[in-house]
Amino acid sequence: MPSFEPVLLARIAKPNSAKLETYRADGGYEALKKALAMTPVDVTTLVKDSVLRGRGGAGFPAGLKWTFLPKDHPGPIYLCVNADESEPGTFNNRILMELDPHQLIEGIAIACYAIKSEKAYLYLRYEYGRSYRVLDAAIKECYAAGLLGKNILGTGFNLDIVLHRGAAAYICGEETGLIESLEGKRAWPRIKPPFPAIEGLFRKPTIVNNVETLCCVTHILNRGSEWFKSIGVPPDPANPRDLGSYGPKLYCISGHVNKPGCVELPLGVTARELIDEHAGGVWKGRKAKAVVPGGISMGFLSADELDTPLDFNGPGKAGCLGLGTAAVVVVDDQTSMVDVLYNCCRFMSHESCGQCTPCREGTSWMTKILERIRAGHGKMEDLDTLTEVAGSMGIIPGTTICGLSDGAAWPVKNAIKKFRGDFEEYISSGRRSVTSAQELMAGAH
Amino acid sequence: MPVLSEQIRERIRAEFPKYPDRRAVTLPALHIVHDELRQVSPEAIREISELLEIHPAEIHDTMSFYNFFREPDRPLGKRRVWVCRSISCMLRGGEELLENLSHKWHVGPGQTSADGSVSLEYAECLGACEGAPCILVDDECHMNVSEEDVERIVGKQ
Ligand SMILES: Cc1cc2nc3c(=O)[nH]c(=O)nc-3n(C[C@H](O)[C@H](O)[C@H](O)COP(=O)(O)O)c2cc1C
Ligand code: SF4
Ligand code: FES
Repeated sequence: MPSFEPVLLARIAKPNSAKLETYRADGGYEALKKALAMTPVDVTTLVKDSVLRGRGGAGFPAGLKWTFLPKDHPGPIYLCVNADESEPGTFNNRILMELDPHQLIEGIAIACYAIKSEKAYLYLRYEYGRSYRVLDAAIKECYAAGLLGKNILGTGFNLDIVLHRGAAAYICGEETGLIESLEGKRAWPRIKPPFPAIEGLFRKPTIVNNVETLCCVTHILNRGSEWFKSIGVPPDPANPRDLGSYGPKLYCISGHVNKPGCVELPLGVTARELIDEHAGGVWKGRKAKAVVPGGISMGFLSADELDTPLDFNGPGKAGCLGLGTAAVVVVDDQTSMVDVLYNCCRFMSHESCGQCTPCREGTSWMTKILERIRAGHGKMEDLDTLTEVAGSMGIIPGTTICGLSDGAAWPVKNAIKKFRGDFEEYISSGRRSVTSAQELMAGAH
Repeated sequence: MPVLSEQIRERIRAEFPKYPDRRAVTLPALHIVHDELRQVSPEAIREISELLEIHPAEIHDTMSFYNFFREPDRPLGKRRVWVCRSISCMLRGGEELLENLSHKWHVGPGQTSADGSVSLEYAECLGACEGAPCILVDDECHMNVSEEDVERIVGKQ
């Protein structure tokens, strides 16, 4: 593979990487100047031409989404920056915000100019206290330098960015849950349509974009759409609906590897390359048993699927839900998938907002069945029950409002199908792995 | 005597211009009050509702959804220590860490130590999985921590 120069992470190792001065010394805010000299429509077209796909999990093309806003809307249009990053295994937005906040702020400003918004709300998960303080300082620097506020750079463009902190709930990352939460309500995802571009925050047209997506926008303005498309994977000719997987991507690697971390690579690197070449291999000289390809919602790759390319298509071909957040979690061959799956189900059950019955009940039942198996009381029929429950919940079977439920079902379907032996062995041996920590947690919240 | 000091009220009012309607100030207001008082009492909710000009039930509804804000029956200790229990941390000892701290401090997750110095919580993925196991102390993250590290960080034996 030819060596790849990081773009999004180019500055993070520099001293004072979060400061405006450092950013400007590297040509920061030149992309914004360039954008402001164009028409908003031309900026949108440029982003559309780059085929930048959303980095928040769904992979929807960003430029195309921006064109869904009503034309010549008289009232306010809002941008919501999705910085709720809570998918287990995922931490790239945090790194972008803590170490290079101006790259994000510049992307926000360009996006707002393109969609004619004068107000961006950055919804930040509460747990990112450091990101909050860094962003708050960076935003203040921008106001002082005339890069935010009224009449930015003398062009007549106005923009305010508001930092809004969440309160520790995964569902606030779902775009309409985020909107409800911002409005001061419980974060119950809305039934769509209407989509946020038509009726979103405060009932106004709204675009929701992920932090990494917006950081990419900055570089597309600087270097052009052809540059962006020179990185990554072109559309699969066998799939007429594939738009390709272009651009650099931040991959997070954690779990049982020697060197966990976040690396920037062209979209399409395989799970094996990531583990062996960028994360120092599986720890303790062991082998990988299972690999989460893009956050736990996406399910699992088995050891013989590690050559799957992690682009927008690869994980799906291997039976996973998709690329998701490109967060790779490695599970070694000494770990039981029963324990891993239990952890995933418990998370989803804890985070289900509860408004759809199949999701609320399904996640809870799947967790209880796995609890029972882990307590040594499992039956072989439980495995079919798990698959059946998982098959009945989600947007894909059409029984729920949001995708949390599909993300809860997928790890179950994949685990039982690809690692059935682990479950059967566990049940027939009468093993137990309930620790007193779990018993303790059962009593809390 | 009102529960919310004039200073707290000022901080809440300072949020108003950021949003086109006051209900959107619910979470910011709850955070301001909770940070300061380590709990949000029904009286505090009533006073917030007067400032935001919405019904107290609307605030309570939102607040109870998040499971984050403590009510007076379970106020927080001086430091709130969240131990991550999600997948990457679990694979690298997060659950054992939680268990050991719990035994050592004689508190279950969700409880506050008898001396009021720490509240222990479990957390779902803190977004710091490269540093598993990790903890959050109030809103500051610490990565790759052992039991001893945690005790040093929060100053509790
Ligand atoms: C349960 C659930 C949780 C989500 N969490 C996040 C999140 O934390 N951050 C994020 O950017 N997108 C998240 N998404 C995806 C958003 O709904 C939305 O697609 C995304 O923010 C759009 O931005 P993008 O097009 O730039 O990716 C989540 C979706 C679901 C169903
Ligand atoms: S699918 Fe689950 S999380 Fe999503 S809206 Fe329904 S109950 Fe809530
Ligand atoms: S799983 Fe613990 S920080 Fe992500």
